[in-house]
Amino acid sequence: MCEALGRAVREVCGALDNDPTRMVDIVRGVQQKMGCVNEEAIDAIAHWTGAQRVEVASVVDFYSFFSREKQGKVVIRLCDDIIDRFSGFAAVREAFESELGITLGQTTPDGLITLDRTPCIGMCDQAPAALINDVPVTHLSTDKARRIVRELRTHGDPKKLVKRVGDGNNAHPLIHSMVENNVRLEGPVIFTPERRGEAITKALAMTPAEVIRAIKTSRLRGRGGAGFPVGMKWEFARAARGERKLIFCNADEGEPGTFKDRVILTERADRVFAGMTIAAYAVGAREGIMYLRGEYAYLLAFLEAVLERRRKDGLLGHNIMGRHGFDFDVRIQLGAGSYVCGEETSLLSSCEGRPGEPKTRPPFPVQKGYLGCPSVVNNVETLACVTKILEEGAASFAAYGTQASSGTKLLSISGDCMRPGIYEVPMGIALREVLDLCGADEPSAVQIGGPSGRMVVAPDDFDRTICFDDLATGGAVMVFGPERDLLDVVAAFMDFFVEESCGYCTPCRVGNVLLRERLEVIRQGRGEPSDLKYLEELGAMIKATSRCGLGQMSPNPITTTLKSFRSIYEARVSPGAHGFRRSFDLEEAVAQAERIAGHESVHRQEVTHE
Amino acid sequence: MSEVILPTSEVIFTLDGVTVTAQSGQTVMEAAEAVGIYIPRLCHKEGLEPYGSCRVCTVTVNGRPASACTTPVADGIAVESESDQIRAWRRTVIEMLFVEGNHFCMFCEKSGNCELQALGYRMGIVAPRLPYLWPKRPVDASHPDVLIDHNRCILCARCVRTSRDVDGKQAFAFVGRGSRRHLAVNPGSRLCDTKLDVTDAAVDACPVGAILRKRRGFETPIGRRLYDHVPIGTGVEQPVELTIREGSPS
Repeated sequence: MCEALGRAVREVCGALDNDPTRMVDIVRGVQQKMGCVNEEAIDAIAHWTGAQRVEVASVVDFYSFFSREKQGKVVIRLCDDIIDRFSGFAAVREAFESELGITLGQTTPDGLITLDRTPCIGMCDQAPAALINDVPVTHLSTDKARRIVRELRTHGDPKKLVKRVGDGNNAHPLIHSMVENNVRLEGPVIFTPERRGEAITKALAMTPAEVIRAIKTSRLRGRGGAGFPVGMKWEFARAARGERKLIFCNADEGEPGTFKDRVILTERADRVFAGMTIAAYAVGAREGIMYLRGEYAYLLAFLEAVLERRRKDGLLGHNIMGRHGFDFDVRIQLGAGSYVCGEETSLLSSCEGRPGEPKTRPPFPVQKGYLGCPSVVNNVETLACVTKILEEGAASFAAYGTQASSGTKLLSISGDCMRPGIYEVPMGIALREVLDLCGADEPSAVQIGGPSGRMVVAPDDFDRTICFDDLATGGAVMVFGPERDLLDVVAAFMDFFVEESCGYCTPCRVGNVLLRERLEVIRQGRGEPSDLKYLEELGAMIKATSRCGLGQMSPNPITTTLKSFRSIYEARVSPGAHGFRRSFDLEEAVAQAERIAGHESVHRQEVTHE
Repeated sequence: MSEVILPTSEVIFTLDGVTVTAQSGQTVMEAAEAVGIYIPRLCHKEGLEPYGSCRVCTVTVNGRPASACTTPVADGIAVESESDQIRAWRRTVIEMLFVEGNHFCMFCEKSGNCELQALGYRMGIVAPRLPYLWPKRPVDASHPDVLIDHNRCILCARCVRTSRDVDGKQAFAFVGRGSRRHLAVNPGSRLCDTKLDVTDAAVDACPVGAILRKRRGFETPIGRRLYDHVPIGTGVEQPVELTIREGSPS
């Protein structure tokens, strides 16, 4: 084995106590040091951690930020979601390709730069964007792309690409990023200035059962999209048997079009960690893990510093706020490029050092989660709400919003509007009002809740409201103007689900490939009316039979648009002449046979020689 | 499966309208099987930890779809298994598995003993309506006594679980995500690098012709194989003699 590799692996594994449950961190460390995790590295990691070789390999192959092939010192990942595609992705990509002299997926011959693509990196309000190693670059243009390449060739340091820093904490030395918060509307819950320690003090004045009752009284429901009652979740975890219990903060904001958690973590991280601490007190947990998506690694040093300050202030660690026996601390687990890890049981698998595959339910995480221990998984925004509820009281929180959907909701708005960014609005707000706020003058369609949500029609659906009973959403609102081809949107979303399916269960693994295949046939104008029924039936079957939320939502781009925008499909399908399948290309089929046979078909010779 | 580890108690639920008495801690599939009702399955095999990946055993529990192999019974639940809707879902799952790989039953040593093929027959699948994906997949014949034909692998994880939990070897696992997910061997990259032995239970765990013993072709002639005359599931539905007598028509 190459000596440098052996040393690197030994160091990385040793720094994490050769602990196989830290496999994602170990593989990340080796990837960073060596530019790849090849067969030799996999063997060495298995040796030091005592894991099976194939267990290491499964982690390397699952996460898109890891690679067996050697990557450049600098990896440019162009953000490839529909908003970026509509904002000039193709031109930016071409500029990078021509300036680098390589195509997407390749590395420059000098081994300096790899050019790649990645699904949404949470910067839709400043698209087109890219990640260069951990550094986000935003508002890309063809000129900017060429300049970036020239600069990287001289200094090779992505951090030096940041000339002007963004607003708020984006300018903090530990973040030092060009990312902008774009907070357009500050509401009364998330963005109020914090009063350090107040929420925890108030929680400690109550019994854990009273804290849970307060959360129940507030009617707080999970902000990730599913809307599970938070008080009930905590109560289950409190009642679950087990000495070791854990609180997880789901900061794996991967739904394309969502970026609100990025802004909360940048500006109000203390509120989130306070929420975790309160949850720990209520549930009886001593450990917390924040699962931060790999795309937000640029926030890691800053968040670690916030945690360290909280330890010094007695808000984390032993005997928190002087309460004897109340111990709780948080570590941050970085993801590595996998959307499904935002699904709570996949998140737990990933934290255990394994591929991000959902776990079998039941048992539910509150009964048996991380390493079999009762585990509470709450979204970033949910935990920020918890802090507010403890500060101001349950009644004041429940005064916002509606009966079934209390409080406020952060929306991440992007696409064809004047003011993309973050809006904190009361639950129950009408979509029409939201569109007015962001300056969407001429929307023809709005995607609520990202690809796994639904597309709604202008103007019929604009009086509908954003809340759990109507348009439930984790917060993504993508606006599409009349010039957009909505089938491009649907196709991009299906590409996304095919790419992000974990592959565990049949309907999601195979079904989404089949949906995409038939959608392509229709987009190319070779579809038939019966194909629409085929898509509907297949979509319904995948939704019903898939194992986790990803699969159960994955046909939504097709099934919701087949309902609300059927005409865009109908315009592209027609019955085949003489009952022949229009998708069957006779010319191509003959050409294929000729290639195999190695000579022209008799039929073609006759035609040519006539 | 159940969280509560208490002395088992009786649970009463309905399965397609029929009242079934079960033991708490049983799965819906186990409880159904105990009263002679067969729920089709591929990834589940008795004695292995339920895995819930193939989704062939999808039923509805109080109207919500769930896999029967992983869902514990509970008092008062209403389970549906043989509705037209559920049958259609199961057929589609089987068709998906057929088009995802390269399954040529007429050339396959497993034909007649293959659970995928047998389920296809049981469900009356004549030809898939779904387009074939024609993947390019390798064959690993490096092992002296056993071969893997990845073309036929349906990713059910039976070999993975059997090797790990029964044989204690962990010779198999999955790598890759989504449609790139595939069976890998451990350690090393070829089957001959593993500790797999021809007598391992994992070799027999494969429901299809992906893992086969070498030099055993046609040991049982076509016509005398497991599902040549009786559909899969018959053993559960009514305990009948599965062996085909000498001289029976083939």
